[in-house]
Amino acid sequence: MSVTRQIRSDHQLARLLQIGMVLEEVVEARAAKHVQELDDEALDDEVRALLEHAAEESADHRRRLEALVAELDAESVPFDQIEALVEAQYGQTKPEDFDGVLYDQLYNEETAYKFYDDVIDAIEASEARFSIDRGRLVETLASIREEEADGVKEVTDLMEAR
Amino acid sequence: MNTADQYLKAIYLIQEQENGPAATGRLADALDVSPASANEMIGKLEGRGLADHEKYKGVSLTDEGIVRAREALRNYCIIERFLVEVLEVEEFRVEARQLESVIDDNVADRLDTIIDRESECPDCFDPEADVCTLLEAEYPLADSEAAD
Repeated sequence: MSVTRQIRSDHQLARLLQIGMVLEEVVEARAAKHVQELDDEALDDEVRALLEHAAEESADHRRRLEALVAELDAESVPFDQIEALVEAQYGQTKPEDFDGVLYDQLYNEETAYKFYDDVIDAIEASEARFSIDRGRLVETLASIREEEADGVKEVTDLMEAR
Repeated sequence: MNTADQYLKAIYLIQEQENGPAATGRLADALDVSPASANEMIGKLEGRGLADHEKYKGVSLTDEGIVRAREALRNYCIIERFLVEVLEVEEFRVEARQLESVIDDNVADRLDTIIDRESECPDCFDPEADVCTLLEAEYPLADSEAAD
């Protein structure tokens, strides 16, 4: 056990990026599942658009992380694997109602934002030499983090407007 | 899991093993930090009402500290199980220790939505083996790993 927050190797970095991919895949799969499960009355156009946008954005983030993982010579986590796991556990974890869907989405965005923030901190605190350009790595993660921050605002605005 | 949570988890596990307070030296060893660092954090945990420190005896968690420690332990179980079930990592014990400082409650909750975890968690955790006993039964430690 160690209380350091440093990343010491390409392997550890790749593992964190894989976790980022999984978080994005969970968002993508859950958003699609929410749309599928809620009936049209409960899901108005605004919320449907929010969930569809979230799924698209997560897919884009996933692809950007996948490119970084490939540069580190590590395996990606296939979306269909995570989609199947979300499907299998969805019954036990699904939001109970429409408000629950928005909270779930807010939680997703906040979780992702904090995760990228922690990973960036850990990279910046690390003295390890990675086989990927550190500046480009942090820039990519910071850009994804900012889009997650925008996502938090979008959901919060929608919740406040209702 | 932040540093305070890692301390709470370690104190909780030592208390479970010792059936009494956790000695500062043992806590420092478990976390691979200096006794001075351990003492500083114990002071902070006391200040937040999460632990009580008694000179020459060691540190004990308050009821609130125990609740927080069990949540941290549950997160650790989630990380281990996620590594095994989703990423198929053989050396999940080692990697869970490396990852725990970067995985907070919310990330653990999200990962928990795709794993198959038993309801007795975190009581399933074996402090000596530093692993969930249910996971240990499914994926026993290889001789080569045990020798490391």
